[in-house]
Amino acid sequence: MHDHPHDHDGDDHGPHRPHPGPRPDADDTLSYYQVMEIAVRELLIEKGVLSAEAVRREIEKMDARSPAQGARVVARAWNDPAFKARLLQLGNDALVDLGLERGPYKLVVVENTPDVHNVVVCTLCSCYPRWLLGLPPDWYKSRNYRSRAVREPRAVLREFGLELRDEVTVRVHDSTADMRYLVLPARPAGTAGWSEEQLATLVTRDCMIGVAVPKAESTGVNQ
Amino acid sequence: MSTAAAAVAARFRPGDRVTVRRSDVPGHMRTPWYIRGHAGVIERLCGAYPNPEELAYARAGLPAQPLYRVRFAQAEVWPDYAGSPADTIDIEVYKHWLEPA
Repeated sequence: MHDHPHDHDGDDHGPHRPHPGPRPDADDTLSYYQVMEIAVRELLIEKGVLSAEAVRREIEKMDARSPAQGARVVARAWNDPAFKARLLQLGNDALVDLGLERGPYKLVVVENTPDVHNVVVCTLCSCYPRWLLGLPPDWYKSRNYRSRAVREPRAVLREFGLELRDEVTVRVHDSTADMRYLVLPARPAGTAGWSEEQLATLVTRDCMIGVAVPKAESTGVNQ
Repeated sequence: MSTAAAAVAARFRPGDRVTVRRSDVPGHMRTPWYIRGHAGVIERLCGAYPNPEELAYARAGLPAQPLYRVRFAQAEVWPDYAGSPADTIDIEVYKHWLEPA
């Protein structure tokens, strides 16, 4: 029995008109560079340089990387001053200390303090510490974020729900060449004595890009 | 710094004032348009890296070029900047795009 309006005699669903069929998938409109990637990949496989299995494995490996790795790094830095000093000085070495990948790019870690807030953008494309945080969010790659984060960072942060006091200095980092950036957020108040595992639950992807700050009260972790 | 860096010595030191060349050349450039012509301060030397303008055309990009992080005052970059006069933007710029200010 129907409990919703349904006009069996109407024009839209009448028996006289054939069903239009499923809407075609929109995944068949390839850009120039997508076609290029497929062509090069198929050639490399054909010539035995790569295998399809190896390509699939790399994609799977990339998808397995996640902001949880970065959260571990931040939590350790909050609990271990020596590690934090090393992270700020030699970011890649500090990753290796935690058993993480050194990564193909130099990692620059920028620290938030009560007076300074850091935010990362790549105005030219979508440079991001992928080996550490996984793939960047779609908005990070959007023209809107890329063009506005440098020009009006405070307005952009407000749209993310982050209102900064005028006295806080905003430092934007445009990732234009061979560095990759990680924001080390300030440790939230009320987290004294927390374990690294507890602390890591507060650290989200957006906190490490700099469009948000971690807060202790927003989680279910007991203080 | 890598050994390749020794081939091309760093020209600037942290704290030096520099100006980004106002150049309009074809090709693959990593110096954003919006910062060309502006003056800033060397924040750090990042090391030396193969020149991306050469790499983009499948050349070696050697000798590696010193890469700096340069800090600019937002209020200087955008005349109508809405925010603290202390706000900054840091950008990675290769040596050949920089001149002493």
